[in-house]
Amino acid sequence: MIDRKIRVLIAKPGLDGHDRGAKVVARALRDAGMEVIYTGLRQTPEMIAEAALQEDVDAVGLSILSGAHMALVPRVLELLKANGQERVRVFLGGIVPDEDVPILLELGVIGIYGPGTLSDTYINDIRKAVQAAAA
Amino acid sequence: MDFVQGVLAGDKLALARALTQVENGTPEGRSALSSLFAHTGKAHLVGITGASGTGKSSLVNQLARYYRNPDPGGSPCRVAVVAVDPTSPFTGGAILGDRIRMRDLAGDPGVFIRSMATRGSLGGIAATTAALAQVLDAAGFELILIETVGAGQSEVDIARLAHTTVVVEAPGFGDDIQAIKAGILEIADVIVVNKADLPGVENTERALRSSLDLAHPAPRRNLHHGRVELVHMSDDPAAESASIWAPPILRTVAIEGKGISELAKAIDSHRAHLHETGGWEQRERWRLQSELDLLLTDCLVAGFRSRLPSGIYEQALAGVLERRISPLQAVEQLMDRTG
Repeated sequence: MIDRKIRVLIAKPGLDGHDRGAKVVARALRDAGMEVIYTGLRQTPEMIAEAALQEDVDAVGLSILSGAHMALVPRVLELLKANGQERVRVFLGGIVPDEDVPILLELGVIGIYGPGTLSDTYINDIRKAVQAAAA
Repeated sequence: MDFVQGVLAGDKLALARALTQVENGTPEGRSALSSLFAHTGKAHLVGITGASGTGKSSLVNQLARYYRNPDPGGSPCRVAVVAVDPTSPFTGGAILGDRIRMRDLAGDPGVFIRSMATRGSLGGIAATTAALAQVLDAAGFELILIETVGAGQSEVDIARLAHTTVVVEAPGFGDDIQAIKAGILEIADVIVVNKADLPGVENTERALRSSLDLAHPAPRRNLHHGRVELVHMSDDPAAESASIWAPPILRTVAIEGKGISELAKAIDSHRAHLHETGGWEQRERWRLQSELDLLLTDCLVAGFRSRLPSGIYEQALAGVLERRISPLQAVEQLMDRTG
C-alpha cells in the first residue's frame, strides 16, 4: 500500500497530432487525485524515458493513433529498463489492432484502452498496478 | 538505497527518487535532505513568476537554453528547473504541463526538469519547493530556475526562496492601477514584458515604468510573522542608497528567442549586485530564517496537537461552529489545557 500521490506521465509519441484522447485521460487521472505530467505532442521514446526518469513517475501512459505502436512501445519499455525504471507501469491508449494486444501485454504493458473505455477501468488498473509494483 | 551518495555523484535516478522522498516528506527524504544540506548554498536560485499565460514556461525554456549555450565569453552552466502547477483543491490531483514548452531541453544531460504540484500551498509555490531546490543545489546545478504557478497579486512566496525574482507580464493584462497595487511587482528584481510583439506593449511598459518610478528608491521592508521589518543594508545612508537595485524592464518574445540574452544578462547583473552589496548574504539569511520559522511552526503545531487530550480539539471546534466561543477563545482554551 502506498499513501503517496501517484505520478503519471502522459505522452504522445510519434507523429500523429490527435491529442484529444491523451487530454481526456490526463484530466480523468487528475480528477482521480493523481499528479499528471503532460508532455504534449511528438515525443520521441528517448524524450519520454528522460521525462519519466526526471519526474520519477509511477506510470507512463502512451497515446498512439499512428499505427507505430509496435515500434514505439517496445523502445519506451527498453529505455525505461535501461534507466533503472523497470517498476514504472506502462499503459496504452489509441488505436491498436486486436492481434497486437497480446504481444504488447506480453511485453509488460498493463493495459490497452481504446475508444469507449470507461475512465474507472484504467484508473483502477493503474492504481492496482502501481501499488503492486511498490509493494 | 543511499540517495545521498547517488545525488552527490550525479546519478539522475537517485536524484529523481530523492526529490520524490523529499517532496513526500518521508523519513528517508528528511534524512537525505539533512545530509545534503552541507552541500548547498552554491546555486543561483532564480524565480520566474507572473500571471497564467504570460509565457513563463517558454521563458524558462529559452533561459535554460541560453545558459547551456551562452554568448561568447560566458561559460555554460548546469541548469535545473522546478516547475510548479496547482493542485486541485477538490480532488487533490494536478495536471503538470510546464514541460510541454520545454521540449527544446530534452536530451541535454546538463538540464534536469522537475514538475511539482502545490499540494495545498497558496503562495504560488509548494511547501517543499525550497527543499527540492536544496537537493538540486547539492546535486551541483549552478542555476535553478523556479517557475511558480500562474500568479496574480499575492503569490509572493517565491521572493522568500529565490535570490533573483523575475516577474513576467504581457500586454493586455491590466492598467496602471494594477501596476501600483501591492504584491507581485514589489518582489520583482527583473521585470519582463513577454509577448512584446503584441499590440499594447508600449502601454504595458509605460504603466510598469511609472509604477516603478513611484516606488523607488525605497528600502526593502519584509513582512515577517505579520510584522514589518525594515531591512538595513548598511548603517550609512549613502551606502544604503547605492545598494538599492532598480529593477530593469525588458522586452522579450520567448517563442522566437528574442531578448533572452539581455534577460540573462540582467539576471547575472542582479546576482553580481547582490554579491557586491552584501545583499546575497542578507537574502540567504532571510531565506533560511523563513524556512526555519516555517518548519518550527509546523513542528510546534504538530507537537501541540499530539499533547492535547483526545477530543478536546474537536470540542473547541464544535464550540466555534455553534458560535458559543470565538476562534480566539477556542485557542485560549486549548492553550490552557496543555499548560
